[in-house]
Amino acid sequence: MSRRLARVFARPETAAAVGAILIWILFAGLAGPAFRSMAGTASYLNAAAPLGILAVGVAMLMIGGEFDLSVGSIVGVSGMSVMLLTTELGWSVWPAIIATVVLCLLIGFLNGLTVVRTQLPSFIVTLATLFILRGLTIASARGFTRRTQLGGLDDVPGYELASLVFGSAPLAGLRVSIIWWLAAAALATWVLVRTPWGNWIFAAGGQPEAARNIGVRVGRVKIGLFMTTALCACLVGILQAVRFTGADALRGQLQEFYAIIAVVIGGTLLTGGYGSVVGAVFGALIFGMVRQGIVMAGIEADWFQVVLGGMLLLAVFVNRFALLRAQRAA
Amino acid sequence: MATKRMNRATPILMAVLVAALIAGACGGPSGQSGASSNDSTRSDIRIVAVTHGVSANPFWSVVINGLDDAARDMGVSVEYQAPNTFDMVAMSELIEAAVASRPDGLVVSVPDPDALGAAIRAAVERGIPVVTINSGEDVSAALGAFAHVGQAEYDAGYGGGERLADAGVSRVLCVNQEVGNAALDTRCQGLGDALAERGVPTSVLAVELADPEDSQQRVAGALAADPGIDGILTLGTTGAEPALAALRDLGRVGTVRLGTFDLSTKVLEAIRDGEIDFAIDQQQYLQGYLPVVLLTLYLETGTVPGGGHAIPTGPGFVTIETAQQVMDLTRRGLR
Repeated sequence: MSRRLARVFARPETAAAVGAILIWILFAGLAGPAFRSMAGTASYLNAAAPLGILAVGVAMLMIGGEFDLSVGSIVGVSGMSVMLLTTELGWSVWPAIIATVVLCLLIGFLNGLTVVRTQLPSFIVTLATLFILRGLTIASARGFTRRTQLGGLDDVPGYELASLVFGSAPLAGLRVSIIWWLAAAALATWVLVRTPWGNWIFAAGGQPEAARNIGVRVGRVKIGLFMTTALCACLVGILQAVRFTGADALRGQLQEFYAIIAVVIGGTLLTGGYGSVVGAVFGALIFGMVRQGIVMAGIEADWFQVVLGGMLLLAVFVNRFALLRAQRAA
Repeated sequence: MATKRMNRATPILMAVLVAALIAGACGGPSGQSGASSNDSTRSDIRIVAVTHGVSANPFWSVVINGLDDAARDMGVSVEYQAPNTFDMVAMSELIEAAVASRPDGLVVSVPDPDALGAAIRAAVERGIPVVTINSGEDVSAALGAFAHVGQAEYDAGYGGGERLADAGVSRVLCVNQEVGNAALDTRCQGLGDALAERGVPTSVLAVELADPEDSQQRVAGALAADPGIDGILTLGTTGAEPALAALRDLGRVGTVRLGTFDLSTKVLEAIRDGEIDFAIDQQQYLQGYLPVVLLTLYLETGTVPGGGHAIPTGPGFVTIETAQQVMDLTRRGLR
């Protein structure tokens, strides 16, 4: 029994799962019925979903030993791409979405290729892409339209179906983005724990040299991970563009950090080779509950960043502590 | 043995985390009012304000001071929420969270009606009275808000045009630091219309918000290209400061009349010293103070001033006579 318990506690996502429960209890007490109500529940799940989707990609990438700071900018790129292709070039919604996905995959591919070929830290390479992509988004929006906020997607052919797939709230205020989030997390978890790709990802992040020696194509795995991360960011950009029937060149700002925070709270190590997507799901859930719970509890917004940073620090302490214990026990 | 100790340690660390959250929670009021508007006393009234202005922004910190002062004066409670960055997605989520907590009144700014409209309508549908502030004058009524408090941009530009015309200008430059921002375009339009009525032509010069050096060169270039320009209206302090620097370099301070939108320490000093003729002030303190008063009275008496038309907080004009007084008020966070 204690052995099985020990194994549960040695898992990367356990602390985040426990944390999520405690934070739910905390805000259920602080914010009263508002937080426990359906509207309150929908409010934090809806807020957690887009970040959760980003965190799925970022978690896999970080397990694979790399960072992507450009995810927030890719959210901006994809929303703006959908809007420019439809409202400026006259495409209908679905071709624009497909072209945008291709564009995002290309960005992810270039991120990955640059990192793998140059052997530069991905932190620096994607820091550069963060600014390049954000700048390009603002410049192209201004260049085409002289504006940075575009609207009117709901007048474009194909919007009805896109709205159903990306923008609807099918159940009691819960948005379809939550389904995308859980589906992405389930798929990623399956890949990580049930397929050879999963082994390669853990190996590429933990012991890249050893992985290479046993024939894992580490470069190819990493490029694939960057493309997956870009795809997740793309999905978030499309979800938001469809739901709000428009895009803003500044959308997605700071999301790269929030995603990393969610992933780290979820027990994934910054050094690579260790972590879980399930943990990242709980990390995003915690983020959503704190963000929305603070408002419902009537606490001034100024405190959100303090709490966020504090939680990150605590999560890192807890994870390091748990890992040391696990290693000593093993 | 080691595993057993770990089992005990993890909850302890989690408890520390919870303690940190509670410590954060102590910073603000957590009053929850479920009372209906009719039989509630003022101390039960809970108003939530959600805007796009982070509280560290000097403009918005004055709005927040207005909210806080009004809350104290009216005896109601007001909570202020804003996203960390100009993020309309996050802002709509904040509105949803605020609505879920069922406040007695909601104050929102509406810089992007596409992104925020649904969340604001949902508040109205749940019977929460809404006042829009600062931006969103044209969509306020359609979203179901019962009042809007903000500056009428066209009128403000028009007023600036009249002032420049009274100063005797014959050719005016409208310096726009954010071409494409609808509110700023409207200001230029109001300016142009006021001057056109007096037969004075205007032209628009686009400058870069983030690059004062370049902005200065562009203003200087425009003045060199057309020496007949003897009046400038800048649409913000980020345009005013470079324009003034250009005039100083060219030695044309005073011969070219300069007016601007918005206030900064440098702008106020230049007005006091007679280098800038006037600043158009949207008096954002009122955008914080008035909505709290409006909501409180609406909850108590159902009254709406002006039949729901926008309540203008500006334009107010700061000139050499009032510059020193405004500087003192700026230091106290009231202007």
